[in-house]
Amino acid sequence: MFYRETGQFKSSYKADQAIFPLSQDRWFILFLIIIAFLVIPLTASEYLLQAVMIPLLIFSLASIGLNLLVGYAGQLSLGTGGFMAVGAYMTYKLTTAFPEINIIIVFILAGLISACVGLLFGIPSLRIKGFYLAVATLASQFFLVWMFNKVAWFYNYNSSGTITAPPRELFGITVTGPTATAETRYIVVLAIVCVFALIAKNLVRGRLGRSWMAVRDMDIAAEIIGIRPFQTKLIAFSISSFYCGLAGALMVFLWLGSAETEAFSINESFYVLFMIIIGGLGSILGSFLGATFIVCVPILLTNAPQLFGLSMPIDLQKHIEIMLFGFLIVFFLIVEPHGLARLWQIAKEKLRLWPFPY
Amino acid sequence: MNETAAPSNEETNKNGSSDLEKNTTFETLLEVHNISLSFGGVHALDEVSFDIRKGEIRAIIGPNGAGKSSMLNVINGFYHPQKGSITYKGNERKKMSPQVAASQGIARTFQNIALFRGMTTLDNIMTGRNLKMKKGIFWQMLHWGPARNEEIHHREIAEHVIDFLEIEPIRKTPVGRLPYGLQKRVELGRALAAQPDLLLLDEPMAGMNVEEKEDMCRFIIDVNEEFGTTIALIEHDMGVVMDLSDRVVVLNYGKKIADGTPDFVRADQGVVDAYLGVSEK
Repeated sequence: MFYRETGQFKSSYKADQAIFPLSQDRWFILFLIIIAFLVIPLTASEYLLQAVMIPLLIFSLASIGLNLLVGYAGQLSLGTGGFMAVGAYMTYKLTTAFPEINIIIVFILAGLISACVGLLFGIPSLRIKGFYLAVATLASQFFLVWMFNKVAWFYNYNSSGTITAPPRELFGITVTGPTATAETRYIVVLAIVCVFALIAKNLVRGRLGRSWMAVRDMDIAAEIIGIRPFQTKLIAFSISSFYCGLAGALMVFLWLGSAETEAFSINESFYVLFMIIIGGLGSILGSFLGATFIVCVPILLTNAPQLFGLSMPIDLQKHIEIMLFGFLIVFFLIVEPHGLARLWQIAKEKLRLWPFPY
Repeated sequence: MNETAAPSNEETNKNGSSDLEKNTTFETLLEVHNISLSFGGVHALDEVSFDIRKGEIRAIIGPNGAGKSSMLNVINGFYHPQKGSITYKGNERKKMSPQVAASQGIARTFQNIALFRGMTTLDNIMTGRNLKMKKGIFWQMLHWGPARNEEIHHREIAEHVIDFLEIEPIRKTPVGRLPYGLQKRVELGRALAAQPDLLLLDEPMAGMNVEEKEDMCRFIIDVNEEFGTTIALIEHDMGVVMDLSDRVVVLNYGKKIADGTPDFVRADQGVVDAYLGVSEK
């Protein structure tokens, strides 16, 4: 490895509890953030921002949300798409009803509404666990999407049944709507994702995160030491839904521009679930890795044949993609249930000793 | 760990329950009175009464299926007895959830280890501090200012426990990877981190080798002497029980058959019969 913890002594618990206890890691992350905020918007093409970076960040946010629930609190959920829809439709309703409210505040409010919805659908978790809970959350997926489809009030009675992002400004710059540039939308999404990723990390390393993991690992023991499992699970459901709702809002307003309920189908829920399985359950880093992987693989598959001068039919590409995902999920479930994040950790541990692994 | 360690100045005392022990105050911490517990037709506990004095080590022994673990589950509110009363710190309580018991200072360990396997040793011990942490969710989101100070304060206490149990090298290791003996120790640490008034240990030495048992005995005695924690423990190793405990209560088929000092209990014919069996005549 290029660096190791040798010589970096921590003299306070504060230093020991830092997110990145090693100074090299801190510099690397700072470097990454600077690249993401300055270099990418200045150099990247419209295509790269719109097709790769923005969806990557938005799905990272959704995976963080689902990971808090599935990976940390151990409650399997298939309702992600439904909660994302709540965030998107609520943002639409709020910003069309009150156009003067700052769009960021609208996003947060929409997130809070989906947190309440998540709380409601989390109630069955008191009694049911595992796959049965997954089926119960499936109900939220179908019910919510059906509701947004049927009740015209949610899309302001327009004839097409789609919600379209109206132009909204932030500090005098248009950030949503058709006139917003990819660069501004990218910066806004990046800022939101950075803030909420930090909040998620703070939550999972604090008391709440430990309660979640305790309930996940052994709920009876958690109860004995004074954690209230039901309350803890409900908090996990609502915070997770907040993140998913926020991601849904960003997806429509800062990425797609307009969407129908189709965009929030069960496929979306499965995609986010795949991301956290491949990325790593119970890891914030894993959420980013998984989202990156799932967003980038189809793009690579699209472009790879051309690099080798081959042409591949679109439907074949699509099928290869599906087969690859299926294979990888089975592979990860068998070989490494903690996903890419764990592989990364193992690689680091191996490299620490390399080239003298004794 | 020899057989003569028990105090011998009250051999003559008939019932063994009013003898002089190292605690002279005799303040009762917990009293269970006529507890009956049954699951369907199975009577797990039948009219059991005993008390636990402040600062003592109280052992609950008995053959398999005697109702020892059920008794602990009743004490920390996991089971609710059909009959009888429990008086803890002078207050009689009817039905109590495990959370309330935990917040009133009852901590326990389990017969089969109930650690949070995916978490590190340190995190496991920190969960023991959960009830004492009060900062709300918004401070936790920031992890800054009061929330961080609180976290560091409780980390210090957790580190004190880690230091006490001599498990410093494994503080960042996920407990799922630890050997059995260390897991037992971490579980004791989690219970200790809550700084309990009453510590319930369900077979703390089950499945350990002699050395690990000796370590565990040392920790139990140290906890009792240094922190003044009252301990109720279930154990099958009679040598350990007789050496460690101040008083012993013996259960058999859900009934109390003896209660008193180790020597008194050892001499009791009913106890001998229960353990060795008695020939039908």
